[in-house]
Amino acid sequence: MNEIEEKAVQEKKTLGFWIYLMTDCILFASLFATFAVLRTATAGGPSGADLFDLDFVLAETMILLASSFTTGLAILGVARGFKKQTIFWLGVTFALGATFLALEITEFNHLVAEGNGWDRSAFLSAFFTLVATHGLHITVGLLWLAIMIIRLVRYNFKKTDLNRLALFGLFWHFLDVVWIFVFSIVYLIGGM
Amino acid sequence: MFDGLKELIFGKLELSDFIHEPIMAGAGIGMLGALFLAMGALTYFKKWKWLWKNWITTLDPKKIGVMYILVSVIMLLRGLADALLLRAQQATNTSELLNSDHFQQIFSAHGSIMIFFVAMGIIFGVFNLIIPSQIGARDVAFPFLNSVSFWLFAAGMILINAPLIVGEFSTAGWLAYPPLSELQYSPGVGVDYWIWSLQIAGIGSLLSGINFFVTILKLRAPGMTLMKMPIFVWSALGSTSLIMFAFPILTATLGMLALDRMLGMHFFTSDMGGNPMLYINLIWAWGHPEVYILVLPAFGIFSEIVATFSGKRLFGYKSMVIALIAITILSFTVWLHHFFTMGAGADVNTFFGIMTMIIAIPTGVKVFNWIFTMYRGRVRFTTPMLWFMGFIVTFTIGGLTGVLMSVPAADFQFHNSLFLVAHFHTMIVGGVLFGAFAGFAYWFPKFTGFTLNERLGKLAFWNWIIGFLVAFIPLYILGFMGATRRLDHYDPSLGWQGLFIVAGVGVAIICVGVGFQVLQIAYSIWKRKENRVGEDPWNGRTLEWATATPPKEYNFAVIPTVTERDEFWERKKKGHQVTPIYTDIWLPKNSGLGAIIGLFALIFGIGVIWHIIWMIILGVLGVIILLIIRLTSDDTEYKVSAEEIAEQELSRSVL
Repeated sequence: MNEIEEKAVQEKKTLGFWIYLMTDCILFASLFATFAVLRTATAGGPSGADLFDLDFVLAETMILLASSFTTGLAILGVARGFKKQTIFWLGVTFALGATFLALEITEFNHLVAEGNGWDRSAFLSAFFTLVATHGLHITVGLLWLAIMIIRLVRYNFKKTDLNRLALFGLFWHFLDVVWIFVFSIVYLIGGM
Repeated sequence: MFDGLKELIFGKLELSDFIHEPIMAGAGIGMLGALFLAMGALTYFKKWKWLWKNWITTLDPKKIGVMYILVSVIMLLRGLADALLLRAQQATNTSELLNSDHFQQIFSAHGSIMIFFVAMGIIFGVFNLIIPSQIGARDVAFPFLNSVSFWLFAAGMILINAPLIVGEFSTAGWLAYPPLSELQYSPGVGVDYWIWSLQIAGIGSLLSGINFFVTILKLRAPGMTLMKMPIFVWSALGSTSLIMFAFPILTATLGMLALDRMLGMHFFTSDMGGNPMLYINLIWAWGHPEVYILVLPAFGIFSEIVATFSGKRLFGYKSMVIALIAITILSFTVWLHHFFTMGAGADVNTFFGIMTMIIAIPTGVKVFNWIFTMYRGRVRFTTPMLWFMGFIVTFTIGGLTGVLMSVPAADFQFHNSLFLVAHFHTMIVGGVLFGAFAGFAYWFPKFTGFTLNERLGKLAFWNWIIGFLVAFIPLYILGFMGATRRLDHYDPSLGWQGLFIVAGVGVAIICVGVGFQVLQIAYSIWKRKENRVGEDPWNGRTLEWATATPPKEYNFAVIPTVTERDEFWERKKKGHQVTPIYTDIWLPKNSGLGAIIGLFALIFGIGVIWHIIWMIILGVLGVIILLIIRLTSDDTEYKVSAEEIAEQELSRSVL
């Protein structure tokens, strides 16, 4: 394939990935709408205001936002051809993402241990499903990231890997945006 | 200890789950028998390798399209058998044929199969077969994804038929309204079969939707601006945008229902704050657009056919496009008309009632455009054209009854009645299915090199349309008389039985029509030498007729440059001939990974339905590992050299 054809292939993939992200957006929108409807359906159990520890969630949020920034730094490294810088910042992104996930699991464990699991009320079902769906996406992102780091170490800057890295950037930023909505709607409004 | 081990290996599965009542057992054994027969034949004729190399691993959209159509045809026969049983039960009104539990399983299966595995399968089959060549492209945007989509569809198909052999199907109708579909009221595996078969096939549909949307936007031949696209491609663009917007809602909704049933959540339960109305809103926010996902491509097929067989340009191309876009957008603003009676209040009902009436306007525009296309045309009354004219009749009847139901006050009478059942069958049978039959007869010679027998085709058509009217007009009347849907028996003193018997006769006539269709295909293949035709048997207008018959894997040796709307028609008029300059073509290599991903999705589905933990883990891990293998392999294409293409193009038969 010549360069023009390769560019066309890449454009195609980028558009396809954008559209996938938009469909994912609708999936999240459905879950947000469900949460909005069921927010007050606590069935006599605890409400968001009783359960959420906003300082803790703020820490989670900051960690995820920072990981978006470090993804940006890694991609800047690609643009300049600095392999070490790219791998370093991808590693930092991985560490931050994994920390975020660990914190989220801690929060979930805490809730379940206190008898406020997903089967306690409709509100908690909606809460767990929405936040865990985001967490599941983060997990997929981490897996993707790990594979990319291994490939970068092994094959240097291979063209296809670089293109995938750009798509990964889109994915990670998208998850960040979704999390900002989770933070505002679930924790700030839902915690009132 | 032993019980624990058994649960670990088999989950909820018991030996008694394999025992069925005679009718279901017969159907299940029949299906297995046919499968074993097919496998035996493959072994006897040593065709396994051929099957694997040419079909299972193929990434050629034309072959994937054929497989979609094949699955849909088999499922159509299954759904038709279900319909026959339902009609027989209601016509005889005895308890000896079907008990109510079995009756409920059958109508749930009939609806789910006909929508998800017949209509959707046909739509994707036609997309795969026609869209790339109609836009002057060689392939779809993501060939491997296309194969994954198909095999997910196939996995869902197997899951929805499995209850015939093991377990039971849902009794909660084709949309499984809660709280009936919740664990409390449906403790068996039936609803789980429904959820996971639709979920797996639905994810395939979503991926396919994205694939064709990108294909249409990015792979059009140079010069083909949006307003020069064939109208079928426009309809597919509308349909795929609807898929992209609607199917994620289905994924989320089914997911939540599954979480309710598996993990004891309370989204839609009637206790602990759950909200069943939320489900009904969500499922129709997907479900109404779904109807248009199916019917828009049928509109596109009919538009191609009416223009071709009238020998004229399509009347009002621009208004057709605007109408398609209007329908695409409006279809998201009407979902509440499916439950006017469920307490939304007068204001909300009024809004959705008016939106529903408005959507009839663009649809009406299309009907007039089709009729005006025929006006003063040189109409050839071939089978596709007959299906088209039958469609105009049934679709107008169906459309008018739809407008009747859009009046909320009147809907309180029609809701959940057989009037509604008759209405949506008029739209889906008279719209989608007739469209599929028309398209089948129209494009069949392009892919086989011979036409279908016209005489048998016409007989099939007349049996179908007469049987269809005889079967469904009584349901309109019964609906007015107060017969609700899904009745396995009714009080004989109501005086309904006569009309139910008429409806049963109608379905029998439809079956004769189907018989003629099967005969038509068999006879046409037998006498194919007599029906042999060239590359352009109907004097076509769009680019798919410019390819070889059957089309080469690469469709076009040289990508055409488009200057006109009916490009192929204009070329024939101008006598367009240039000496082609062949270049190397890159095509995707075959890959078996798509089929294996489908297999792991099936394993996951079985595990999650029967609560077999190891199968769930195996299925998920399998899919993830295969995706990683595929995504990290770079060598996925092979080259067809310019010389080979020149050779192949020279051998194109010119009749």
